Amino acid sequence: MLARRIVPCLDTDAGWVVKGRRFRHLRPMGDPAELARRYDAEGADELVVLDIAASRDGRATFLDTIRRVAAQLSIPLTAGGGIGSVAQARAVLQAGADKITVNTAAVERPALITELAEQFGSQAVVVAVDAARGERGWEVFIRGGRQRTGRDALGWAREAVQRGAGELLVTSIDQDGTGQGFALPLIRALTEAVSVPVIASGGADSLEDFYRVFAVGQADAALAASVFHEGRMTIGELKGFLQARGLLVRV
Amino acid sequence: MKVAVVDYGASNLFSVERALVRVGARPERVRQAQALAQAEKIVLPGVGHFGALMEALARAGLVQALADAVARGAALLGICLGLQALYAGSEEAPAVAGLGWLRGTVRALPSRKRPHMGWNRIEILRPVPLLDGIPSGSWFYFAHSYAPPPEEHTVAVCDYGARFAAVVQKGSVAAVQFHPEKSGAVGLHLLRNFLGEAG
Repeated sequence: MLARRIVPCLDTDAGWVVKGRRFRHLRPMGDPAELARRYDAEGADELVVLDIAASRDGRATFLDTIRRVAAQLSIPLTAGGGIGSVAQARAVLQAGADKITVNTAAVERPALITELAEQFGSQAVVVAVDAARGERGWEVFIRGGRQRTGRDALGWAREAVQRGAGELLVTSIDQDGTGQGFALPLIRALTEAVSVPVIASGGADSLEDFYRVFAVGQADAALAASVFHEGRMTIGELKGFLQARGLLVRV
Repeated sequence: MKVAVVDYGASNLFSVERALVRVGARPERVRQAQALAQAEKIVLPGVGHFGALMEALARAGLVQALADAVARGAALLGICLGLQALYAGSEEAPAVAGLGWLRGTVRALPSRKRPHMGWNRIEILRPVPLLDGIPSGSWFYFAHSYAPPPEEHTVAVCDYGARFAAVVQKGSVAAVQFHPEKSGAVGLHLLRNFLGEAG
């Protein structure tokens, strides 16, 4: 039986971790390498590092951030933000990431997912799906949540998996940074729709939120940023809570 | 200690090299057969496709070189696809022969969710030096969709829809289906054990 995974996320800009709301109101939170070392020691199961300024900034700073973070880790590292080609993905993997996450570029040119999977294996390809509640179901958003696509999130998730995604990172834009808890219906619908692991993201605030995204949402992993960065809970504390509630975690 | 890391073109040797450095080894990438002639410790990492791995090994003349190295007693550690390569073949690429050092065929995992991605526990069947100090039930990080069924050289198993070989040992050849380089402290412990084994 697989353990449910706890995945801290470092949203970075110009070499610093920023957070407030992932899609709005950014403020500096700390040094990525320092946070990475802390989370590895606390028992994080994986780490995600994102370049939230991908469209504005050069790539060199982000590659350097990946190198500095990877050097601290003995657990898997996923990196992304603005990856649009096999060459860019290779640079990110060579900088020390184990998996890459793609979002906007994959929606705009879905063949990218297949190219990446053929080159690096599906286990290295995480497709990030940013979704918000639409008139019917959930709609896919791109460009850091700023642009709607009209695409149905479940349909896109299924297509991404068919094209070679090994994992989905699902963020509820409605929920992200609000502290209202994960979008349980969205996460549950997605975990039932696809045959690959689903990482739930967006909205984590309390221990109970994490319990519910696993028990109700059926997520394989839960990603969060500010609750950890701000020290509102440690990963050890969270895992102890989940274990006491009967979930299988790595402790 | 020098460790030859077989580089057949997959881009992700970084984690393996970093972990080896952390446990005090000096990893050296090896792309050609001659470079294996002197190696005492060899790591065969692997991500990606069984067929692509075997073709790349064959193209570089590494199939024979690995066999020669093992025949003279060099210690080998296969990781993930590097474990699968030891078998006769794989359902992932039915037309391609594996190294054939272990009997059997690598099979698709019979689980709804694939890849088998994340942390799972191993059950140790038989103590071997590679697992010294590692308790049965320890968590390791897995990321794969295929795995070999247990056979006589399987020393630890894992369960994901079916029991499969998680650690194998045959003479100086060992292999693990999980990624010790991404498995936290216990993974580094296993790598240290590999370095400490009599070559």
